[in-house]
Amino acid sequence: MKTLNFRIILFIFALIFGVVFSIPSLTQSDSGKKITLGLDLQGGLHMLLGIKSDVALESRNKSMAASVRYIFDDAEIIFDGLRIVDGKQITFELLDKDDVEKAKTLLTKELEGTSLTQNGLKFSLEMTPEEVERTKQNAIKQAVDTIRNRLNEFGLAEPTVAKQGEDKILVEVPGIKTQADEQRIRELIARAAHLQLMAVDEARIARVNTMNEAEAKSFGDVILPDVVTDQRYLLRQIPVLDGSMLTDAKVGFDKNNQPVINFTLNGQGAKIFGDFTAKSVGKRMAVVLDNKVYSAPNIRERIGGGRVQISGSFTLNEAHDLAIALRSGALLAPVYVMEKRSVGPSLGADSIKASSMALALGFLLVVLFMVVYYGMAGVIADVALIGNLFLILAIMSLFGATLTLPGMAGIVLTVGMAVDANVIITERIRELLYQGKSIPKAITDGYSNAFTAIWDANVTTLIAATVLYVYGTGPIKGFALTMSIGIMASMLTAIIGTHGIYQWILPKIDKNRLNLWFGIKTEGVK
Amino acid sequence: MEVFKYKKPLSLMSLSKRFGLLSMTLLIISLGLIFTKGFNYGIDFAGGTLVQVQYEGKAPLKEVRTAIATVPEYESATVTYFGSESEIIIRTKSSSQSLGKDVGDQMRELLKDTGKFEVRRIDMVGAKVGSELREQGLMAMLLAIIGILIYISFRFEWRFAVASVMALVHDVTITMGAVVLFNIEVNLDTLAALLTILGYSLNDTIIVFDRIREGIRTIKNPHLAEIIDESVTRTLSRTTLTSLTTFFVVFTLWMFGGEIIHGFGFTLLVGIVIGTYSSIFVASPILMWLGFSVAEFREKEAAVLKREKEKEKMRAMYENGTL
Repeated sequence: MKTLNFRIILFIFALIFGVVFSIPSLTQSDSGKKITLGLDLQGGLHMLLGIKSDVALESRNKSMAASVRYIFDDAEIIFDGLRIVDGKQITFELLDKDDVEKAKTLLTKELEGTSLTQNGLKFSLEMTPEEVERTKQNAIKQAVDTIRNRLNEFGLAEPTVAKQGEDKILVEVPGIKTQADEQRIRELIARAAHLQLMAVDEARIARVNTMNEAEAKSFGDVILPDVVTDQRYLLRQIPVLDGSMLTDAKVGFDKNNQPVINFTLNGQGAKIFGDFTAKSVGKRMAVVLDNKVYSAPNIRERIGGGRVQISGSFTLNEAHDLAIALRSGALLAPVYVMEKRSVGPSLGADSIKASSMALALGFLLVVLFMVVYYGMAGVIADVALIGNLFLILAIMSLFGATLTLPGMAGIVLTVGMAVDANVIITERIRELLYQGKSIPKAITDGYSNAFTAIWDANVTTLIAATVLYVYGTGPIKGFALTMSIGIMASMLTAIIGTHGIYQWILPKIDKNRLNLWFGIKTEGVK
Repeated sequence: MEVFKYKKPLSLMSLSKRFGLLSMTLLIISLGLIFTKGFNYGIDFAGGTLVQVQYEGKAPLKEVRTAIATVPEYESATVTYFGSESEIIIRTKSSSQSLGKDVGDQMRELLKDTGKFEVRRIDMVGAKVGSELREQGLMAMLLAIIGILIYISFRFEWRFAVASVMALVHDVTITMGAVVLFNIEVNLDTLAALLTILGYSLNDTIIVFDRIREGIRTIKNPHLAEIIDESVTRTLSRTTLTSLTTFFVVFTLWMFGGEIIHGFGFTLLVGIVIGTYSSIFVASPILMWLGFSVAEFREKEAAVLKREKEKEKMRAMYENGTL
C-alpha cells in the first residue's frame, strides 16, 4: 500500500519551511531574517522630498563665472562686462582682438562641459544640456548621500534614504518617539549647512543701516543679518573660505559653559585662514552659516592650525545637530517636502492590535465554516490554509519584506480567497460522487476538473496584483505583495497539499460515511 | 452540510432582461452620483494635511474648531470624530513645503490650550504629488484591465474577455457609486480596495466562464442559454460559498480592523456583494448579447483539434521514417 506520495512530501516540506522561516518574525527574535514592520505599524516618519536643482545650477554658474575671472586674470587677458544672464548664461567682452584665440583655448581647456559662442568680441558661455543634466543628477545624488550621512550620525535605527523616480528623494525614519524629535530630524535634513568665513567691510560698515542690497553689491559687498539680533553686517561678497575645506566639527563648551561648535580646517583651508588673519589683524571676520552671521570676532593675531569656533546661543541639541550637518557637508540644492506621513508609535500599536484581531477572527470564522459545511474535507482545507499563512510569513521574512497595514489587509483577504480553491475542488468531488463515481475516481477527476478554473482565476488576480505592485506607491505595494505571495502559496497548499492529503488518507475514507468526509448524504455511491 | 443541492438548472437566462434592467438602473444612479456629487477625495489625491489627535477623555470638538479658525488659512479645515469620541481628525487643504515648521506643528501649537492630547498621525501631501498619485491610480486600473483582457482572450475567446471586463466595469462603477453615496473618503487604501474588487470580480466571473466553456464542450444541447443556465447553477454553490468566506473576513476587517481601514473594508464589502451578483446574473447574459455562437466555438475547437491530430500524424510518420 502506498502511504506517502510526492504531493504530501512536497506539502510537508513547504509546511516545515514555512514554520521554520516564520519563527524569527513571529517571536521577533534578533537573529534570522524577519519581516520589518511598516512605518504605519511601528510608527515613524515617511517623507518624499523634492529638490530645487535650479539652485545647484545657479551656484554652478556663479563658480564658473568666478573661474572665468580667475583664468583671465591669471593669463593677463583684459576683459569687461562679466555677467550672468538669466542665471544660465555667462557673458563677457574681450577688449583686445589678439587675446581671442588664447581666451578660447584656455576656456575650452579649463571649463569642461560648456559651449562658447562668439559674436565679434562678445562672448557667451553656457553649460551644455548634458552638463546641465549631470549637474542636476549630481545635486540629487549628493543630497541623498548627505541626508543619509546626517541621519546615520543622528543615531536612529535604520533610516532609509533613496532616490525615487527622476528627481525625488524618499526618506523613511522608523522609531521616532516624540514630535519634538521628529521636528529635529526634519530640521537636520533641511539644513543647507553652508558655512562661510567672510571678511567684514570695515571701511563701509558704518553706513550699513542706510545701504540697500544694490548699493552693497556695487562695492562687491553683501548685507547679512545676525542670527539672533536685528544687527546687519556688511561683508565682502567673496568669502575667505567655505565649508568645503572643513574636516571635522565637534560640540564643545566655551568659558561660560555654553555649547559651541569647534571645527577644523584642512591643510589648504588652514593656510588660507592663517594668511588672511595675518594680514587682517584688528579687523573683524564673520562666521556665516546659511546666510546668517553667528559671530564676528576681532582678529587679534594670526591664527594658525586651522581651528575655528562657532558660538551662538545654541541649545545642546541644536549644537549637536549643527555639528552633524557641518560634518556631512552642505546640500548643493535645497530640498522641500512633497509628501509627509508621520505615525506615532501608539497608533501603530493600535493598528497592529486591530488588524491582528480582525485576522484572527476572520480566520476562525472561515475555518469553522469549512468544517461545518464540508466535514473532513473542510478540515483538510483548513490544514492547507494554516500552511498557507505560514508560507506567506516565511516568504516575506526571507525577502525581508515590509508588512504594512494594507499588507495585513491583504493577508486577511488571502485567507478568504485561499479556501476558494478548496471550495471549488470539494464541490467538484461532491458532484462526481453524486454521479456515482468511486471515491478515488471522484477525487482524481475532481482535482483535474477544478484545475483550469482555479488556475485561470488565480492568474488574472495575479495580473491585477502585479500591476498594483508596479504602479502603486508605499502602502499599496505592501498590499499587492502580500496578496501575490498569498495566491502563489495557495496554489501549493490548497491544490497540491490537499490532494496529497487525500491520496495519503484515501484507504481510510469510508464510503459509507460520506457525510463525515464530504458533508453529503450517501446514496448511490460506489 | 449542503445548501445548494443541484437538482435541475435554474432558468436564469429567461430572467436576464430583468437583471439587466436592475443593473442598468444601478449603473445610471452610480454614474449620476459620481458626476454630480463627485468623490470625496482624501488628501492622498487632493493634497492637504490630515492630523489625527487623541485626547484624554472626550475631545473638545468646539474648542478645537475655534482654536484652528484663528488662522485664516485653516478656516475651511474640517474637524470630525474618528472612531471614538476621544479621537479627532483635522483636515485642511493646506500643505507646506518647508521641512522645518509645517502644518502639523502649527496645529499642535494651536491646540495647545484645548486639553491634554497626543498627535498620533500627520499626513501631508503636496498638491502636485496628489495629482500624480491620481494619474498613477487610473493608469494602474487601465493597465490591469488591459492585461486581463489579453489573458482571457488568449485562454477563452474574445467575447468572454469583453463580457468579463464589462462585468468588471459594472462592479467597479457601482462600488464607486456606493463610495460616493456613503461619502467614503477616497484615498490610496480605497483605490487598493477598488483594484482588489477588480481582481475579485474577475476571479468570480472566470470560475463561471470556465464552467460554461466546459459546458459547451460536454453538454449536448446546442442552445447557449440552456448551457449557461446549467453551468451557472452548477457553480452557484461555489460562488455563494466563496463569497461568504470572503465576506466573513472582510466583514471582520470592517468591524474590528480599526478606523484607518474602515473605508477600505467598506469598499471591499460592497464590491464583494456586487461582484457575486454580477458573476451570477450579469456576466453570462452579456456573453449571450455579444452573439456568442456555440456552433462556431465548437467548430473552431474541432478545427484546432484536427490540426493537432494532423501534426501528430505527421510527426509519427516522420519518426517512423515514412516521410
